Order: sequence, then structure tokens, then C-alpha cells
Amino acid sequence: MWTVAVRYTRKRKNAVFQLGFLSNFLISPLHPPRFSGANYFPTQYSESRGPMAPKDRKPHVCRNPDLIRGVGKYSRSKMYHKRGLWAIKAKNGGAFPKHEKKAAAAAPVEKPPKFYPADDVKKPLVNKRKARPTKLRASITPGTVLIILAGRFKGKRVVFLKQLTSGLLLVTGPFKINGVPLRRVNQSYVIATSTKVDISGVNVEKFDDKYFGKKVEKKKKKGEGEFFEAEKEEKNTLPQDKKDDQKTLDAALLTSMEAVPDLKSYLGARFSLKAGMKPHELVF
Amino acid sequence: MPFKRYVEIGRIALVNYGKDYGKLVVIVDVIDQNRALVDSPDMVRSQINFKRLTLTDIKIDINRVPKKKTLVAALEAADVKNKWESSSWGRKLIVQKKRASLNDFDKFKVMLAKIKKAGVVRQELAKLKKETTA
Repeated sequence: MWTVAVRYTRKRKNAVFQLGFLSNFLISPLHPPRFSGANYFPTQYSESRGPMAPKDRKPHVCRNPDLIRGVGKYSRSKMYHKRGLWAIKAKNGGAFPKHEKKAAAAAPVEKPPKFYPADDVKKPLVNKRKARPTKLRASITPGTVLIILAGRFKGKRVVFLKQLTSGLLLVTGPFKINGVPLRRVNQSYVIATSTKVDISGVNVEKFDDKYFGKKVEKKKKKGEGEFFEAEKEEKNTLPQDKKDDQKTLDAALLTSMEAVPDLKSYLGARFSLKAGMKPHELVF
Repeated sequence: MPFKRYVEIGRIALVNYGKDYGKLVVIVDVIDQNRALVDSPDMVRSQINFKRLTLTDIKIDINRVPKKKTLVAALEAADVKNKWESSSWGRKLIVQKKRASLNDFDKFKVMLAKIKKAGVVRQELAKLKKETTA
């Protein structure tokens, strides 16, 4: 370690005198390195001109190169001369130019409060979190074929359309191929394959979380047995407009899927683990 | 049964354990009873235990510990890459790699192809059976 320091200093004859005895200790782990502030980041504007100078100049070479991390080549007095502070002072008649402090805006007079609570009420901690949809995995892009892992449609291969504001993924079978309707699915219960379907001809603007929410019914007075039966019958059927939405969406998708051979039968088949398949070694 | 593949300078071996798993390396020197110095165009020359190597049939003509340039030239001259990839062992490894890298969709297509092929074979077999019984 020490021989390295000596070799380094041999190149700079001045430095040997400056460092001398200290050079042996400077790279020891006991002295944490400190960056020499001015030349750590090469600045675009020179320090002598001040922070107000325009920034669009060619990048400035460091004035005080490091001999060893933490030790510059030039001493304080030399740097003073290099930075031209003497010239600035001379220009300004002996003292470094000062900007006057901006007069502080008169702060409104604060009256002492009329009431002090008996117990100290603790303030809750500041929470700057913003609600945003779950981060979508990089492997999931519009048109990706996903494998659903849980629920009624487990194992089904399905086309991803978009991520809704709630974070859930909007997905469709297409319905004609595998019986999966327009549906929301959680990202965690899905494997993303690397197969992509062309989804450019499909319009998914109108689908959002509200579309899939439960319909709120008007409050009815608690009726007798007759009332109950009437309600049940209405709920079971899917409204026609939803069926039409499914049809139009799938029509556009199916045309783009015709182009790829076997894609339709692929989406129609369910995925399952067979003998010899090791999930951690599978490439999806 | 006498041994056919010997540890010698220039013997090509396959690394079967460790960081360089699956690489073809050349034995460039023997260090002691258990270790050899191996080298390959895409790795730093290093020592490796014989237990981590599987010898192949291929041997090239080099001096003990050649320079990297000479080694690469000798490998090119002996056409090791093509010899390996055309050998049955080499071909098997290539197929294994291809199968491991298959996509879910690719696997599905392979399955369809297998079923189709089996169907054709079965048809022919049925025809032949008919002929022999008739």
C-alpha cells in the first residue's frame, strides 16, 4: 500500500515536499477520503465569476487536480491566486463584491394564542404518499398473452388489454375462443408469457373500474316472499350492452389473431404443469 | 476396457460444474494430480479440478501453456467448434439448450407437431398391419 503512494508522488516533484511524511498515512483506512469540494464536480461556470454567471460555457477543466483523493496539488494561497480573487477584489476597490440582502418581507405579527391545551396532542406524521395503480411488470404490455393462475379460469391463456386505474388488469379471452369474458384480473395471479398479440385495432377506452362494479339498486322496503323471487330473476342475466361490447372487442382481436398460425388453438387450451416441468426453469 | 480419452495438453474438455458450466475448454497444463490449467478463447486462463471436467474426444496440437493468440489460432485450425457441434454429444447439448429456451407458445406448437407426426405414423402402421393380416 505505501509503495503505491510513493510511486504516485514521484511524478509530481512539488508534492513530495508537501506530502512528505504524511503521504504514508493518507491512504490508510483511518482517514476517510473527503472530496476537495471545488474540483469534485467539474462546473460549467468558473467560480471566480460567481454563481450568477451564465451557464452555457464550455466545460471547465479542474483548477486543482487531486494528487491523492483529498489532497489537491495547490495550496490555499496558490488557489486564491489562481481563482483570481485578487483581480476581482482589485476591480471592486479592495473588497469582494457583495450583493445586498433582499429586504425580508415584513412577517405578519403573530399574536400569542388565547388557549393552550392541557395535554400535549401529538401531530400525526406527514404522509406524502400518492395513490397510484400498482406498478405493472415490465413483461406485461398491451397484447401480451397471460396465464391466469387462480379462480374460475385458472390455467386459461388470455389476452391483456390495459391496466385500469385500480391497478387491476383488463383482460379478455377472447370469449369465443376460451370463454373468458372482459374481466379484471390481479397482476399477482398471472404469469406473463412472451407471446404478444397485435392489439392496435382494439378500442379499450370505455372500459374502467366502474364498468365492472356492482350495480347499486334502489333501496326497497323489506317485502314479503314475493318480492324476493322477483329480484333474483333479474340479477342472473348479463345486460345486452355488455354482450355487445364483448362482441365488438373480440371481433377486432380475432382478425389480428388469424395472422398467427395455431394462436387460436393456443389460447383455447389450458396451461398445466406436466411431469418433468420445473417451474423455476420454465421460460414463459 | 482401456481408456480412450486421456488428460493431455490440448485435450478439449467440457466443464460440468461451476461458474463456467457448459463451456468447452482446452487443457493447457497439468498442475498436480487433481488440477489442470485450462483456457478458452472467452475466459481467463485458470485452474480447475479434474472432477469438474468431462473429457471429450477432441484433441488439438499445442505446446504447454501457449499464448492466447496461439491457442485461438490452434482452435481455429483444428475446427473444434464444428467438430463439437456435429458430434452426437454436441448435438444433444444443442437440442437440450433449444428445448430449455422454448417459449410457452413454442412448446404448444411442438406438442401439436408431435401429435400430428404420431398420427401419421399410426396410420402407416395400421396400413401395414392390415396388409400382413390380409
